[in-house]
Amino acid sequence: MELDKIEEKVLKMGKANQEVFSQIMQELAETDRDIIAVTSDSRGSGKLVPFGEKYPFQIVEVGIAEQNLVGVAAGLASAGKKAFAVSPACFLSARALEQIKNDVCYSDNPVTLVGISSGVSYGALGTTHHSLHDYAALRAINNIIIVAPADNFETEQAVRLAAKSSKPVYMRFGKKAMPYLDESNQTFEFGKGRIVRKGEDITIIASGETVYPAWLAAQKLEDENGIKATVVSMHTIKPLDTDLLNQLASNGNPIVTVEEHMVNGGLGEACASYLFQKGNTNKFKIVGIPDEYTVTGSQIEIFNHYGISENGLYKTCKELLAI
Amino acid sequence: MTNKELKLKSVFLRKNLLKYIYIAKAGHTGGSLSCVDTLNVLYNRVLNVDPKNFKSPDRDRYIQSKGHCVEALFVTLADRGFFPESDLETLCKYQSHYIGHPTKKVNGVEQNTGALGHGLPICVGEAIAAKLDHKSHRIFTLLGDGELPEGSNWEAFLSASQYKLDNLYAILDNNKQQITGYNKDVMNTDSVREKLEAFGWAVREVDGHNLEELEEALNNGPFEAGKPNFIIAHTIKGKGISYMEGVTKWHHGVPSPEQYELAMTELTEAEVLI
Repeated sequence: MELDKIEEKVLKMGKANQEVFSQIMQELAETDRDIIAVTSDSRGSGKLVPFGEKYPFQIVEVGIAEQNLVGVAAGLASAGKKAFAVSPACFLSARALEQIKNDVCYSDNPVTLVGISSGVSYGALGTTHHSLHDYAALRAINNIIIVAPADNFETEQAVRLAAKSSKPVYMRFGKKAMPYLDESNQTFEFGKGRIVRKGEDITIIASGETVYPAWLAAQKLEDENGIKATVVSMHTIKPLDTDLLNQLASNGNPIVTVEEHMVNGGLGEACASYLFQKGNTNKFKIVGIPDEYTVTGSQIEIFNHYGISENGLYKTCKELLAI
Repeated sequence: MTNKELKLKSVFLRKNLLKYIYIAKAGHTGGSLSCVDTLNVLYNRVLNVDPKNFKSPDRDRYIQSKGHCVEALFVTLADRGFFPESDLETLCKYQSHYIGHPTKKVNGVEQNTGALGHGLPICVGEAIAAKLDHKSHRIFTLLGDGELPEGSNWEAFLSASQYKLDNLYAILDNNKQQITGYNKDVMNTDSVREKLEAFGWAVREVDGHNLEELEEALNNGPFEAGKPNFIIAHTIKGKGISYMEGVTKWHHGVPSPEQYELAMTELTEAEVLI
């Protein structure tokens, strides 16, 4: 349990991003009656039970029916409500994909789609409950912002911005407590990556819950090899912060991307597509879940298996640096 | 508008939708002809919508779930002054907003539809919002009977009942045919009245080509307080054109010049009889 070991001595621990989502939703609903949570028997896993008790007229339950979840949310948004459709990311982004494409994005109804327990958060429940396709599926749809906040600060900011967004937003959270990353860098906007650690030797671009192991790998590189890595929380997968990518690539350093997603069509491929069409020649490695039947196990065990971990990323960085 | 003028309007709309399908060389002819009477009644007798101020928050909503029969909708909207009829000369042309399914780029269209089984869930959201805001406007959708097997409809039927959406009106254009043939042979959706009643809806059946019956049903809801309203409009696919009525190939058939002339002649004859 390497993550648990190191969090105690290096970074201040926060809550699960899902819990922060629920907390901010309650705060927003207090003063804004147009905030509506739409749930598909998912208020428990979405930590929205207290929200539902406090604001019974601001929660719409549709039962286990994700297509209807998103269609109803689109109708609510069309009528001026700030609708947050909350469902496990695996179901929301697959079962209701056509509703997302047509009723939300194409019809321009500014719903916030909240994918809870995303990636392999439901680890041992297996592939049915994993969302490792959501970036890829949604990147191929016009008119949606895709966000995977790394820590509690990013989550809070993302929820607040989504409530004000005139454009559809998809955000995904995991179940695990996340540390506060760079508390000195408290700026957040959609489409602008957040540098959580600065270094001059190598760059790691991460999103969501993989920013933390990226940060830990950077620490280990520094402690054990004197290598300094820049770590970016590329919380917005779309639109991608291409200004930041230009800046990161300009020194010619190797770039490692890491995500809790299939390698196919995710953050890494998005970065590669941009950078290499611009003529960059940086060494480049995408770390994610390969195109195979995903190994079974807990989230951490799956992360470790595929190198989405402190040690795995440490090793990948050393290979790229040829040390 | 008198009842006689309303009947004449139905013939006029039939002529127009055929005209623009003929010009575009594309369209969903049979289904447009089966639902155009419903649209005529909706836009001329039922819906509180203003072409000059379409986005008024208190307007009635009409979302056409059977989006492929957009030609019936477009000619009705044009006739009500939502946009100049001549715009329809660009139907399905390069860069035109008048495409083969409803799009919000056209004044008067509420939602982009076309994929089936999408209209009703959106209407449920609209109807819940209206209830939450204590607004009295109504929400209408038009479903095709061929789209009933889409599971999302049944998810929405359940939720409309759960939320007691008596401000919601789903009209079924029950023309009994779809692209492959008769519904009963493709996927049987018979006993739809019993099914919907079992789902907690209040159901009425009307002759979908009888304007008075349509108006009476659509303007006299809710049929039962606390229940969503379901109107089964019994219709004929290709209604009004002898050689199209009940003939599956006219689902998206486009008339030849001779067939077009014949259709116009038949409609002119029908006009005289009104």
